[in-house]
Amino acid sequence: MKTNLVALLAGVIFGLGLALSQMIDPNKVLNFLDVSGNWDPSLAFVMMGALAVTMVTFRFILKRETPVFESGFHVSKQTTINKPLIIGAAVFGIGWGMTGYCPGPAFASLGLLSMEGVLMVIAIYAGFFAERYLVRK
Amino acid sequence: MENFTPISALLGGALIGVSVSLLLLLNGRMAGISGIMNGVFSAPKKEEIWRALFLIGLIIGAALFQFLTQGSLSVREGYPLWLIIIGGFLVGFGTRLGSGCTSGHGICGIANFSMRSISATLTFMASGMFTVFVLKYLVGVV
Repeated sequence: MKTNLVALLAGVIFGLGLALSQMIDPNKVLNFLDVSGNWDPSLAFVMMGALAVTMVTFRFILKRETPVFESGFHVSKQTTINKPLIIGAAVFGIGWGMTGYCPGPAFASLGLLSMEGVLMVIAIYAGFFAERYLVRK
Repeated sequence: MENFTPISALLGGALIGVSVSLLLLLNGRMAGISGIMNGVFSAPKKEEIWRALFLIGLIIGAALFQFLTQGSLSVREGYPLWLIIIGGFLVGFGTRLGSGCTSGHGICGIANFSMRSISATLTFMASGMFTVFVLKYLVGVV
């Protein structure tokens, strides 16, 4: 129960952050990716703002034996930089550049009643399922 | 440079950092959105609920901001839908194959000093910039 409330609250704060930073606006994201045009570096500042917080908090949080409401941390222990990682990231980047949406803003844009956002979320799920059946089978 | 908004970007980013920190400190979970979206339909029942609630929270957060600022965010219309359909598919496929997106690799992974996440972030930034360059200046479609 408590962990569910935390998840909901974390989602609301994340959504507020995406909206305040305007990262929810796909055109703003495309202007960040358009380095040779009228480059808008704002998105780099969103990452810096987030990292300024997480770089500090993670040091303290991951020193704990366990999280507050759960028995263990779910943190990836993978360390190898392999082909799926790099190819996957490159493919994701192509889709990001085509649309201006990464998964967070795409989902949050449903809260702005964006029709394009609905289509984007459906297409993302199609990609999830395709990857599961083509790659992981 | 056009419409550069460093202050709201930093503050919004900090809010995202607070959200990610809360989820890790209290629940022990990394707020990687592509993983959370995927897990809604593939994890065991108990695991699905918190993910669904997080995603509902995302929608509430965006809607709340729009309400409080009296509709300050414009919603894009008229963008080529074929780009959304194909691009959305690639975002889904790529984030699963590459085990994460802007939040999971770009914010959580880098804060965890993961070389995997740093490599992934540099890769999707570069390929995103390259894609915009091709679409805008070579193909002229957007």
